Amino acid sequence: MEVPILKQGFYLIASIQSALTDADLSQLREALVARVGKFRARGVIVDVTALDVMDSFAVRTLRDLAHMTRLRGAETVIVGIQPEVAFAMVQLGLTLKGVATALDLEEGLVFLDRQVKARSDHV
Amino acid sequence: MSEPLAITIASDVDVVSARQHGRELAAQVGFTPGDQTVIAAAISEIARNILNYARRGAITFRTVMDGDRSGIIIVASDQGPGIPDVPRAMQDGYSTSGGLGLGLPGAKRLMDEFDVVSAPRQGTTITMKKWKRTHG
Repeated sequence: MEVPILKQGFYLIASIQSALTDADLSQLREALVARVGKFRARGVIVDVTALDVMDSFAVRTLRDLAHMTRLRGAETVIVGIQPEVAFAMVQLGLTLKGVATALDLEEGLVFLDRQVKARSDHV
Repeated sequence: MSEPLAITIASDVDVVSARQHGRELAAQVGFTPGDQTVIAAAISEIARNILNYARRGAITFRTVMDGDRSGIIIVASDQGPGIPDVPRAMQDGYSTSGGLGLGLPGAKRLMDEFDVVSAPRQGTTITMKKWKRTHG
């Protein structure tokens, strides 16, 4: 199932609606990396609230997605990791190191606003 | 003990069906939503291992009663190349498939019992169990 990607201002928001196969996750990564260029996005939010499980493949794909979009000039934040999903991730040894996370969509937007502002203050 | 149900693992879609089935069965046994997720995550890892190393196999699920405790038994079996060095495969960060190397040791941490039987060219059978916590 393809994940819908919405454009809101300078941001892209991908809202995962149901359990995803490995192919769906890879497709999402490719689509977001491409669309960062197409829409000149500065930030990406991936909402994983509906994900039932984050296993090693999902974590690796999301981590790669975040690093790839960063190389394209957009910061990614993963939002909505559920408490039990976080528990299982830590037990598995999956930490999403080096990837920004936020509680929910609202916090994710606040995070991106801060990041984008910090970047533009720099120049 | 319930009738076992087997799910063939031959594509990434099967990984999702297997973990969803495991979660449903865990819910029927009365596991907490937290434990259901833990069980689903462990299933996802061992199902992915089948795909990565053996390309196809099966996962069998059943519920179990042992005295006054109940739980779930999940058996993943394949006729693949087998694991040449099981103790090493159980170490964090060891992978021959380009993965994170957290699948087997991670799944073991998530479950209460975890047993691997494997030999080169003889396939692999992983049996894992989770018991429902009756106190606290």
